[in-house]
Amino acid sequence: MSAAMNRAAGPRQTLGLRRFMGRHQSLSILVLAIIVAVALPLVVTLPIISGFGIQKDWVTGFAQAGVFVLLALGLNVVVGFAGLLDLGYAAFFAIGAYTFAYAASGFTGLDFPFWPMLLVGAGVAAIFGVLLGAPTLRLRGDYLAIVTLGFGEIVPVVFNNADTYTNGTNGITGISQPSLYGLAGIYGFGFTNPYLYYITVFVIITLVIMLLYRLQDSRIGRAWVAIREDELAAASMGINTVTTKLLAFAIGASTAGLAGVFYSAKLSSVTPDQFKFDVSFTALAMVVLGGMGNIWGVAAGALIVYELQSQGLKQLDQFMHALNLPAIALGPLVINLSQINYINFQNLLYGLALALMMLLRPEGLFPSRRRRRELHEEPASDELASPDATGERE
Amino acid sequence: MTTDTVPTRQRPSTDGQPLLRLTDIHSYYGNIHALQGISIDVFRGEIVTLLGANGAGKTTTLRTIHGLIHPKKGKIELDGRDITTMPAHEHVRVGIGQSPEGRRIFSRMTVMENLQMGGYSRKDKAGLHEDYERVFDLFPRLRERRSQAGGTLSGGEQQMLAMGRALMTRPTLLLLDEPSMGLAPILVEEIFAIMKDINRQGTTVLVVEQNALMALGAADRGYVLQTGTIVRSGDAKDLLEDPEVQKAYLGG
Repeated sequence: MSAAMNRAAGPRQTLGLRRFMGRHQSLSILVLAIIVAVALPLVVTLPIISGFGIQKDWVTGFAQAGVFVLLALGLNVVVGFAGLLDLGYAAFFAIGAYTFAYAASGFTGLDFPFWPMLLVGAGVAAIFGVLLGAPTLRLRGDYLAIVTLGFGEIVPVVFNNADTYTNGTNGITGISQPSLYGLAGIYGFGFTNPYLYYITVFVIITLVIMLLYRLQDSRIGRAWVAIREDELAAASMGINTVTTKLLAFAIGASTAGLAGVFYSAKLSSVTPDQFKFDVSFTALAMVVLGGMGNIWGVAAGALIVYELQSQGLKQLDQFMHALNLPAIALGPLVINLSQINYINFQNLLYGLALALMMLLRPEGLFPSRRRRRELHEEPASDELASPDATGERE
Repeated sequence: MTTDTVPTRQRPSTDGQPLLRLTDIHSYYGNIHALQGISIDVFRGEIVTLLGANGAGKTTTLRTIHGLIHPKKGKIELDGRDITTMPAHEHVRVGIGQSPEGRRIFSRMTVMENLQMGGYSRKDKAGLHEDYERVFDLFPRLRERRSQAGGTLSGGEQQMLAMGRALMTRPTLLLLDEPSMGLAPILVEEIFAIMKDINRQGTTVLVVEQNALMALGAADRGYVLQTGTIVRSGDAKDLLEDPEVQKAYLGG
């Protein structure tokens, strides 16, 4: 009898945990975030990994990775939840960053505090999200992608050329760092202390994830799924497709705005070339690789991609150079694997990774349940063989 | 399945104000003059069918009623209220439910989630649960498959889901666009029988069909569309006997 009880205990316990997490979602997210936040700086002190760098450097990297986690989380709302392809997402990141640059630097002479500016930056970015979205969201699919791509190009070009207002290519420097008003003394925010930035970005990410989960499970979340599947049918259900899509755009943009404020405060300077297409593309790659629509998956995907590009490529570069391989001659082509600059290969690797993912695991590394269903269930009726044929017909 | 004949259903009155009135509707697709002055009345409690060949403008008419296309000329009234320029998503609120052409169910959502989408605009929880039960009673097969993805249903089941989803909006007027399309004859009969049940429960139905025999058999009145104009209208029984209609649509 006790054996039977033991056997029953296993699944019941996991079921209980799952039910608990379902009921206390925000608490679960908080606990999980704390575990990850504590574990990451400890893991990098492990013998094998610590060889790549000291803890402080790792934590600096993680704080920077956090910016991209935020970008990926926000873009996931637009692309993953609502199914709108946005190729100019970096524009909202730039708008958030410049908002704080204007509000707290010698350039304008203003010095607004960092903490409320996080919300202001998010708000300003959201306004631009609505401004861009309102005229363009009646477009669909490829057309929307092209318009957003254009917007993503316009914003850095404007920052670059409106010298009088943006200091052009040189950007804005001397941006104030966050202040704890002396509470932390010499342990406050500073270039030599990445830990506070690390904690700050983790707190922001945790709050954003909590909000996103609530949104995903809300009426709006369901409306996004419906629009992604079939906009016309969604309208027939009484969903105002225009405002619902605009909301996705605004929420995505505001998350990028948050990331921008944090980013400019951390670096203490902004220049237009920090917000080029490759940022939009990187964020999109993170969303796709992590698993479109899955909040945790996208966050993990962003961290993995960021660390691979910043640490992985650097280590590969050093490793291959240290090997000092002889050159290989392939006919007229001479290749020396030890003399290639692997860090420049970043975009090639993204491309390769995306192409491979689309072929082997289109749902991403950590797919959402729904997305897995979309891609791996055998369609039963002939109509479903080409779901877009009915979905896109106008 | 309640396929038994209607027990002495009172023929709905066609006097007074119609539930839906289309007056001289002209709709365009770009330059194509798709509807060339259409007038239709649907009275409360009726089943009205709109017949016509491919490209006659049947679906365009439904789209125009539903606000997906706005007519260049003409007037659409629901219960005397002008809804000509009302956007599609607001139609649910005034009581128009639609089972669209090609069914357009959310194929990646489960049956239950599809029905929940139908109840999207409603806030009355008790009423919603009542209506889930009502839909499951009308379509017992949907109850069996409630947690199955919509896209894995058969064509007939998808049609049932599309109708069930439309019913979840608790419509006073139900628009059905080609419910028989692509279905086996036995299923077509089942769908039409359920349509009559829905109507008997108090929902007015406007059904667009190519299957004229089935549609006229179930409907009170009918309109026949040809290249964007109405060429015949009247009692379903009379249309069934009409030699022109027989020649054109009934293989007579």
